[in-house]
Amino acid sequence: MSERENILGRIREALKVNAPLPGWHGERSAEHLSAGDPAANARNLAARSGTASDWLPLVGASVAEQFELFAKNAADLKADFQLLASRDELKAALLKLRDAEKWRRVASHGGELTDFACKALGLPVTLTDCGYDVQEMEQCDAGITECDALIAQTGGVAVTSRSAGGRALSVLPPHHVVLARREQLVADLPAAFALLQQKYAPDFPSMISFITGPSRTGDIERILVLGAHGPKKLTILCV
Amino acid sequence: MSTFVSDFKTRATEKAGDLRHRQVIRTALRGYEIVRDKRKAAFQSWESARQAAAETKWEAVNHLDKHLEALTAKLEARGTKVHWASTGEQAREIIAQILRDKKARCIIKSKSMTSEEIHLNHALEKEGFTVVESDLGEFIVQLRHEPPYHLVFPSMHLTRGEIKDLFQKELGDAPSDAPEELTMVARRVMRQKYIQADVGFTGANFAIAETGMISITENEGNARLTAALPKTMVTLIGIEKVLPRFADLALFLPMLATAGAGQPMTCYNTMYSGPRQPGECDGPEEWHVVLLDNRRTELLADAEQRDALHCIRCGACLNVCPIFRNVGGHTYGTTYSGPVGAVITPHLRGLQEWKHLSNASSLCGACTEACPVKIDLHHHLLQNRRNASASEPAFFERLAYQIFGIVANEPAFWSLAKKLGWLTQPLQKVVKGSALDPARAWTKTRDLPAQPRESFKDWWRNRK
Repeated sequence: MSERENILGRIREALKVNAPLPGWHGERSAEHLSAGDPAANARNLAARSGTASDWLPLVGASVAEQFELFAKNAADLKADFQLLASRDELKAALLKLRDAEKWRRVASHGGELTDFACKALGLPVTLTDCGYDVQEMEQCDAGITECDALIAQTGGVAVTSRSAGGRALSVLPPHHVVLARREQLVADLPAAFALLQQKYAPDFPSMISFITGPSRTGDIERILVLGAHGPKKLTILCV
Repeated sequence: MSTFVSDFKTRATEKAGDLRHRQVIRTALRGYEIVRDKRKAAFQSWESARQAAAETKWEAVNHLDKHLEALTAKLEARGTKVHWASTGEQAREIIAQILRDKKARCIIKSKSMTSEEIHLNHALEKEGFTVVESDLGEFIVQLRHEPPYHLVFPSMHLTRGEIKDLFQKELGDAPSDAPEELTMVARRVMRQKYIQADVGFTGANFAIAETGMISITENEGNARLTAALPKTMVTLIGIEKVLPRFADLALFLPMLATAGAGQPMTCYNTMYSGPRQPGECDGPEEWHVVLLDNRRTELLADAEQRDALHCIRCGACLNVCPIFRNVGGHTYGTTYSGPVGAVITPHLRGLQEWKHLSNASSLCGACTEACPVKIDLHHHLLQNRRNASASEPAFFERLAYQIFGIVANEPAFWSLAKKLGWLTQPLQKVVKGSALDPARAWTKTRDLPAQPRESFKDWWRNRK
């Protein structure tokens, strides 16, 4: 018999005895045991009201409030968020970054916003779409990607291996620049998960990543340091 | 007395008296409760979220067989190789065989407590593989040849000065003791390792049955790089980490971050559903997922304590535990320390040898209150005490309580005992804390309270 069957066998044997339902601290008694009635269990579990959106931190209903919350959360995370009015402003913002940090080479991927950005920057670009040299990407000053969603509740972005040029582009270069469209803002995490499921299921990209601020660590005396292994800077430009 | 007990007692005595150690831990945890409570308060209802999380985990664990089958089918459909291991030894052999097949030399590893549980690094190094821990805290304790001090903060017992000296000695590179500069040293060392490594190894925080995904939570980006650059990826995961649905993560990810470190969200929460897929530009060509039992099914079989498998390893119960804060993480001598370690270790490694951990608790219940998935931790400690004494009664303890019972039930004996107490108390002061003192376990570091001049009974009789 394979280990798979051994393990599943032990699990089935163990589950023949029912466990008390959760949340009955210190009052374990027969009446709280589920007593082998699956229907009763289902009823008990369904009895709670509301969904995750009702319990997680509050998000305003209007788009303006949500952008305000996103900006506040991003600032708390030490990410740079800029809400831009036009493509011209996007171009200006990118050029300002390029000049301030003396970018010489950037890495990016094919996409409507990223193509615009690469053209605007006028720098040599390492594109990931048809494979790339890892050492070359490591030498790039910034990784420029699109994304799937901005999440007002957390101030973070959701990227996937399909929307953001693979797995490494958003973590290898020292500065990650996310390009987003206004309509990509979602209120909260449940909305972001629903969006990803609707957009991709069942053929999900092999990597989905919720990026909430630039890479960080507190492993030395719990003191915050940015740029542990991933990007030291995260800039989110939204048009 | 087993060596586990005596080692625990020796280390606990030493650490509890080590004021420097206590200062370091206090500094490290100073801000934790404040930021965590601020984050909890930001929830519209943290209590409802806890209840929902507990119920979701209950559902997952109580239908574990179905969820594991669904998870496996989904993973395999996308080209992932799924392995099952009943024991740590089997898991080590599966992983070593993958490395041998790949002719791998260097393995870059992101944080995984499950790999600590099966002593993976040691086994792989013995076979000649180079294993590099990429999480900063894990990297630091690896350089010190030490196990992690805490589930989430592996190097919280070290000061920046100690880390500077360590880097100077082991890496020859430590410009100053500033955390920023020390972190950059590790960043420089690690960058090339990601690129050169043949295999990337990760742990996992959750597995999603519905969509066949593994979810990894981290702040540094080291797991992201580990899962992006090497050609082969190996993930080790305990069978209890399953969640039923993709959408469940919308609740669990912020709760893990809040309970674990007082963050709204951990920096990177990443779901992997396969190796590199057609049309994708990077990622591993092969992905192996190893599902580990290692006596988790024994805990599953104990219906009373089954909820201990709900644990998401956030470390909240360690952070608030007065015992953990005084004796420290290494004192436990277990992979999983603190209250949750005290509950599960007797199941994973033997009740009689690890029953002493059930007494490493003040039963204050701070752990139970802190747990985001409502594991009934302090009651489980009591249940472990009960189970341990039922399967192997402690003769002297039982005798002592029997004698106390007789004395306390018989007024004549009781007043005799009081008189004896009066007579022997001055004597106790002379032998206090020495080998002759019957109460020395208590009096070595404390004073025995003086017996009052007048007992309640005397006062009652003599009152006007």
